[in-house]
Amino acid sequence: MADIDIKHLCRLAQLALNETEHQAVRADLERIIAMVDQMQAMDTEDVEPLAHPLEADQRLRPDEITEVVDRDRYQRGAPATRDGLYLVPRVVE
Amino acid sequence: MQWEPVIGLEVHVQLATKSKIFSGASPAFGGAPNAQACPVDLGLPGVLPVLNAEAVRMAVMFGLAINATIYPYSIFDRKNYFYPDLPKGYQISQFDHPIVGPGTLTIQMENGDTHIIRITRAHLEEDAGKSLHTAYAGMTGIDLNRTGTPLLEVVSEPDLRSPAQAVAYFKQLHALVRYLKICDGNLAEGSMRCDANVSVRPLGATELGERSEIKNINSFRFVEKAIQFEIERQIDILESGGKVKRDTRLYDSERNETRSMRSKELSDDYRYFPDPDLLPVRLTLEFIAAVKASLPELPQARKARFTTELKLSDYDAAWLTNDPAVADYFEAVLATAHDAKLTANWIMGDASAALHRDDLEWTDCPVPATELGQLIARINDNTISSKLAKTVFEALWTKEGTVDEIIDARGLRQLSDSGALRGIIEKIMMDNPDQVAQYRAGKDRVLGFFVGQVMKATQGKANPGQVNELLLDSLKREKGSEE
Amino acid sequence: MNEFATIGELARGLRQGDYSSVELIRHYLARIDANSTLNTFITVAEDEALNAAASADQAFERGEAGPLTGIPLAHKDIFCTQGIATTCGSRILENWIAPYDATVVDRLAHAGAVLLGKTNMDEFAMGSSNENSYFGAALNPWDSSRVPGGSSGGSAAAVAAGLTPVATGTDTGGSIRQPAAFCGVAGIKPTYGRVSRYGMAAFASSLDQAGVFGHDAQDLAVVLSIMSGFDPRDSTSSDRADSWLTGVSESGLKPNDEGLTIGLPSEYFKDLNEGATLLQAAAKEFENAGCRLTQISLPHTDAAIPAYYIIAGAEASTNLARYDGVHFGYRCENPKSLEDLYQRSRSEGFGIEVKRRILTGTYALSVGYFDAYYLKAQKLRRLIQQDFLSAFEEVDLILAPTTPGVAFHTGDLTDDPVAMYQQDIFTIPASLAGLPALSLPCGFTGGLPIGMQLIGPHFSERRLLETSALYQQNTDWHQRHPEVA
Repeated sequence: MADIDIKHLCRLAQLALNETEHQAVRADLERIIAMVDQMQAMDTEDVEPLAHPLEADQRLRPDEITEVVDRDRYQRGAPATRDGLYLVPRVVE
Repeated sequence: MQWEPVIGLEVHVQLATKSKIFSGASPAFGGAPNAQACPVDLGLPGVLPVLNAEAVRMAVMFGLAINATIYPYSIFDRKNYFYPDLPKGYQISQFDHPIVGPGTLTIQMENGDTHIIRITRAHLEEDAGKSLHTAYAGMTGIDLNRTGTPLLEVVSEPDLRSPAQAVAYFKQLHALVRYLKICDGNLAEGSMRCDANVSVRPLGATELGERSEIKNINSFRFVEKAIQFEIERQIDILESGGKVKRDTRLYDSERNETRSMRSKELSDDYRYFPDPDLLPVRLTLEFIAAVKASLPELPQARKARFTTELKLSDYDAAWLTNDPAVADYFEAVLATAHDAKLTANWIMGDASAALHRDDLEWTDCPVPATELGQLIARINDNTISSKLAKTVFEALWTKEGTVDEIIDARGLRQLSDSGALRGIIEKIMMDNPDQVAQYRAGKDRVLGFFVGQVMKATQGKANPGQVNELLLDSLKREKGSEE
Repeated sequence: MNEFATIGELARGLRQGDYSSVELIRHYLARIDANSTLNTFITVAEDEALNAAASADQAFERGEAGPLTGIPLAHKDIFCTQGIATTCGSRILENWIAPYDATVVDRLAHAGAVLLGKTNMDEFAMGSSNENSYFGAALNPWDSSRVPGGSSGGSAAAVAAGLTPVATGTDTGGSIRQPAAFCGVAGIKPTYGRVSRYGMAAFASSLDQAGVFGHDAQDLAVVLSIMSGFDPRDSTSSDRADSWLTGVSESGLKPNDEGLTIGLPSEYFKDLNEGATLLQAAAKEFENAGCRLTQISLPHTDAAIPAYYIIAGAEASTNLARYDGVHFGYRCENPKSLEDLYQRSRSEGFGIEVKRRILTGTYALSVGYFDAYYLKAQKLRRLIQQDFLSAFEEVDLILAPTTPGVAFHTGDLTDDPVAMYQQDIFTIPASLAGLPALSLPCGFTGGLPIGMQLIGPHFSERRLLETSALYQQNTDWHQRHPEVA
């Protein structure tokens, strides 16, 4: 089994785990990955991946404005807004 | 050591659709913050994307215009990273299976050299929102109106060798998308934004140097300056024995420098995978053929036609065809004027200057093309002089009436009656015996004095060619009679 | 009033004026209140329900009532409901109110159904026991020391306890069928694409499918007929029209008498202990009713759980990226920086199972692992689907157990996620293949219900439901109910 870099995964997924959680999650993930690694022994040569159960084609939408935006309603559940903007701590680019 | 810059551009073209790529909200520029962000754009729980047919058509049109492969099967992927202006935590884009494959774009430099630039691919994706860093102390404001605006990302091969070539390429793309009417080309509003991949290598080397990527450059001038700065920065590093570090940089136009972007440090693993909310896009040959049949004449073809059929110079043809609005206006004027060179002169001269003065676009030109054409025709049929034509043009600008109405109302009709002109000339010669004597003594320049006097006496309405002819005739005749 | 009435019976009662919709709704609200210890509901929408019932009564007076007018139902708390909280069983959406209705919610409301409230669920539908709900687990009405199953455990338990005649659910790897089996009710997961996913918070988009719980096949058919159909807002919803389905509430469900061939997959029976004899009895029942039984093999069954946990984890890891504390939902106190805001909001907002799955999925998609995990899983998914498609060349339906056993005790599997995942072994394959499948009660072991599963070819819901009607015509397991308050 490949080594699991929990810290890296947490960074990608924007999750913060304390030391206890970190240990627990590492143990769980090792078990889960060991379980899914059963796949590796299965023969999939020349098999096309199946991304979608129905294998249909994308339907296209006519280019029309159909949405009436009600900003106040959409922002009622927002943690922090001002003047219609969503606020977050200052971002340095 | 001699260094060679190697440049590739990724240009994000905002497609001019009525609605967004995956939602029915309006992508119009400049709305109140978040007033054009519907639940799909906001990525609220349970919402789903549905692809806009027009965005697909426009992408195919672009691909056909650069003679690219159009893939009958393309896939939308999720590009995963966290950023506050990316509300779903992923951008829907195309990774392994873009809609448009390899093509080419030919650029022409000012010295006439041409280069064929290879385009790797063009793919559809959704735009992100905007972060406003200056609005509030310690906080960043997020406006998601732009979220979901359809983008066509056009990726070139690293075929460009100078900042000037990069600009020429960007301009050529700009002309092309405007011809195709798939983008409004408004750089100031971010309708076309450019990322530049820049590296340098010793001249003659075949391997590429380590590159940096400059993000989000949105003007022709900044493309040139940012790349120039970056080339010099990299050469400085290499010449002082250092190594160029691969990074993502931002161009600061106020300080004319590029600097590393902190926010990009973490996002090195985008975990692309097919978006399960969207199905593969399948294009039929019939659809592609129909789009091909709808392609307008493209800038290079139009320019070639202007030089071969209309006998315009390369410079004039390039000037006129760069912006389809100018070329369309030119051709509309020409339909009435029937004189390509004179029409080109008027458009590149007086008309362009007047638009610039009043800060107007060609599509808003207050002088209808038929009237400017009529004006040019009236010059050519000697109804008015070129000089007074400028007066008529200004009157047309302020909507005083048609060309003929203005000529009549202002009495600008050219005086071409030889008898009347001869009378005026004889009177002037009688009133100015000294100058007549000077001319006859061999001072040919004095002819100009007589022309001026005739024009003054006719308030500029005399046909200058005819005046010249008659003057020479009269002056010579007097001269001859003495001999 | 029969506490376990079907909607067919309730509709008749309303039509005949035995009770008004307001009276009916008051009755169910009182039952929910009396059984609040079962914790089946996260939100009870009392005011909204009574208002909707009053409107339904007016519709009856105007003679405009449809098949569901005035009929109570409950939605799993994963469906967005405008004006009523939608939590997905998560702290991260604890106070979130959707500004729109899910298509499923909208269609049922338009048909006149009255929403009683939102049912308990494993957080973001990740779980097989309901123990992953931020709002505490729902309990199994047959034995409150046992789990109701998951993730749609609240809906299954509420129907089983007679707190609502029908309830919606969602099924990604068994989240309708498994709790239906544990709670002794019927539950159908339709063909992928049959029901719109718009407004249903996504867990794993290529697997998620909405369905319904009820007591009998007729009720499932009637609710499904309203829920299903093409939705322009969902690119993956099928535009296939089935006149049978749209007409089923008038024509009624006809028990299937075509003498179908039913396949029994050996892989599903080989290690079955609890309930094996009940499954055999059920098979015998079909044989007696004119069906032909045959053994079949679905050789890639072992690949299902590994492939599922990669695909579902991968999709979930990005579907849940939007819960970041920026635009909606939970935000941590006093974030010091953007990173801090993201990490604490998500870490405080999500429970442990959600984090596990996000990290598993992130792992499977990350550079260097994509081919070995995600792509490999997709290839196995095709092989699993091909197993079924080959089988359906020989059989009309597949009969299988729904679960390895009866409902387990609360806390039994919480420390072992892999053992918990094994609970879904019989339901996951049909999910990966996008097939319609349903679970029906087929008997009891030690006083606890056992479910059997019928799996059909894509869009064969009619056959599935009519075959269920055939079984329920000849048996009465679906008429046994737990003793509740």
